[in-house]
Amino acid sequence: MASLIGLYSLFFGLCSSFLIIFFSIKNFRNFLNFDSKILSLTFLQFFFVVVSFLGLIISFINSDFSNETVYNHSHTTKPLFYKISGTWGNHEGSLLLWLLVLTLFLFLFLLKSKEQSKKYRILTLFFQQIIIIGFFIFLLKTSNPFSYIFPTPAEGLGLNPILQDPALAIHPPILYLGYVGSSIIFSSTLAAATLNKINKEWATHIKKWVLLSWVFLTLGILLGSIWAYYELGWGGFWFWDPVENVSLMPWLALTTLLHCLLVLEKRFLLTSWVVILSISTFTLSMCGTFLVRSGILNSVHTFANDPERGLFILIFLFSLIFLSLFIFFFFHKFENKNMNQLFWLSKETSILINNWFMMYFLTVVLIGTIYPIFLEVISSEKISVGPPFYHKLIIPFLIPFLFMMAIGPKLKWIKSDMLIKKRLIVLFLISFLLSFLLVIKLNKDILINSILLTFAFYLFFVSLRDFFIKKKLSLPQNFAHFGFSLLILSILFNNILSKEIITNLKVGEIYKSEKFEINFENIGQVEKKNFKEIIGKFIIKDSEDNIEILNPGLRIYNQPNIVTSEADIKVNLFEDKFMTMNYVPNQDYFNIRYQIKPFMIWIWFSVLLITFGGIMSVFKKRYEN
Amino acid sequence: MYGSKVKLRIFFVLLILVVLSLSVFLILKSLEDNVVYFKSPTEIKTLGEIEKNKIRIGGMVKKNSIFVEEKKLKFIVTDFKNEINVTYSGVIPNLFAEGKGVVAEGYLKDRNVFLATKILAKHDENYMPPEVKAAIEEK
Repeated sequence: MASLIGLYSLFFGLCSSFLIIFFSIKNFRNFLNFDSKILSLTFLQFFFVVVSFLGLIISFINSDFSNETVYNHSHTTKPLFYKISGTWGNHEGSLLLWLLVLTLFLFLFLLKSKEQSKKYRILTLFFQQIIIIGFFIFLLKTSNPFSYIFPTPAEGLGLNPILQDPALAIHPPILYLGYVGSSIIFSSTLAAATLNKINKEWATHIKKWVLLSWVFLTLGILLGSIWAYYELGWGGFWFWDPVENVSLMPWLALTTLLHCLLVLEKRFLLTSWVVILSISTFTLSMCGTFLVRSGILNSVHTFANDPERGLFILIFLFSLIFLSLFIFFFFHKFENKNMNQLFWLSKETSILINNWFMMYFLTVVLIGTIYPIFLEVISSEKISVGPPFYHKLIIPFLIPFLFMMAIGPKLKWIKSDMLIKKRLIVLFLISFLLSFLLVIKLNKDILINSILLTFAFYLFFVSLRDFFIKKKLSLPQNFAHFGFSLLILSILFNNILSKEIITNLKVGEIYKSEKFEINFENIGQVEKKNFKEIIGKFIIKDSEDNIEILNPGLRIYNQPNIVTSEADIKVNLFEDKFMTMNYVPNQDYFNIRYQIKPFMIWIWFSVLLITFGGIMSVFKKRYEN
Repeated sequence: MYGSKVKLRIFFVLLILVVLSLSVFLILKSLEDNVVYFKSPTEIKTLGEIEKNKIRIGGMVKKNSIFVEEKKLKFIVTDFKNEINVTYSGVIPNLFAEGKGVVAEGYLKDRNVFLATKILAKHDENYMPPEVKAAIEEK
């Protein structure tokens, strides 16, 4: 029943799209004010999608297995929380969520843009409706979440257990808020470009939306990363896996866009940059959703899936790109004033330089991600691109990037003088000495480490000092930059200082090495509604006789019948002690992995700081007046 | 002959071109060095000479082939046409099981023995390496 209501509501939602387009074309031509009918219709459309989404959630809660999506992804013994989160833990449901956020953002945009001109609002609405219609058709035609199965199966297939996790339950909605938020930026940029309205006022108006999606995207990536850290049992947080890369790419584009908007707002420069970046952010977001769900990528995260759907979304994507390029070349007025207006030593130049760096990082990630697909199509050779590729190409360029991040905010707009400040040099010397001593102490004779450390410390000290001396106005920027330096520092130390032991042990056995002694004391068993858990007790003694007890677990889920390992992590301020236990098929042995990961909590904390900078900026009336 | 503005513009365009081509060259160069090829047991059997670089192999774990020692794990990967012995020490993902798909990364010792350095976890119990899927469909 709920499924049926959901399905019909989707059809009604699609119909309202056409009504909205009809009325907006009428309203666009006449001389009247913005037609309030359109606003009501947009709300109605949003309402229909909400009903449809609720319909799917109710089907999941009631375990209505006549619905194919529910049958494939749910089970009666699943806890209620995961029945609900299972709604968007699959392809169909997640697309419905996309649509929900698309219509929500459009409605909010119309509410919040009352002071903008009528034509601009209607055009934005129009472009957004094109995307919405595309998604409606995609949903109904290729991935209907309400397909009916007869006869009704008695029991569902269950949700993949590694998705049954609180972090992953909220990760997709948050990430999608970021992804889909970029659709509004895309639509309004096209509208503004068509009307030749890309100017300072527009920059101020759109910046809020950019910040909003940026905040959600950052949080979404963070959540995914934390989940990968404790649930996948690899003990890392970023693997340069294609599925991770596709979330990083829109983030890079969006961050670049944010900085471009600052320049546009102040100096009325870089208009073409803004248009191109808005288009690419949205395109990359769409690619992201598509690549994750289509199974085209040869990724470690691959979920078995059906690549047939790919064709539709690919065609849709290309027509959107074509449309936006058409508008960009034929409507957008290229700035008459050009690079000559930039003085080499000024805030805008430093932003522009770092934007080039970010574009370079984006290109590296993009090539590393899609090159395997191309190669497979051309030569049917299957390859994968590993972390060394990214490290080699990105790390060296982080050095000037960090430097510009530290220096840039110190420069003035338009023209800055060469006045060399003593404090900046002193800080640089301190950072250099500090990292030099650290590298020597840690016996790491790697040159690049010490240079990178120097510049990361430099940014750290410079932005730390700014908290105490600068006027409050650039506080958001300072938080974000400070967070970034902390992030780089924690990642570096985490990389350099991590330790790991992997071994196979039977119950009662003791593993000994120079530094550790791991005693596999015993195993116990806990029975839950939809899984059994075997919990091991390990006593770990280090060379200084500190004792730590860790209890990693193995969960055996009943439906689908899958074993997952639950890491036990002892978190403290300086290091995480991380242990996983894996099951070796048909043997008495357990595969044990014990890791010491320094500064993990600081990695999460620094990303939160960066996000906090964004949130502050959203709530601030005006940036650096 | 030209005004300084034009000269500056030409300089900028040239600079951008140089930087662009340099970065593209850099990217492609390191792509070449860091790419890991994916081979199926059949492809390995028909290999002209033994690949020295790191590769990935994929297939199904043969039934009753897993054998564990304290430090080592041995098993056989098959694509139902050919098979290869794999030796491994390290983390074993939970979805690793007999009769299920597996992807391992490492080096070839000879045509019959693969020394794995990593077994990649797949998130989905229904996942099957593409080659194996193709091989089964061919049958």
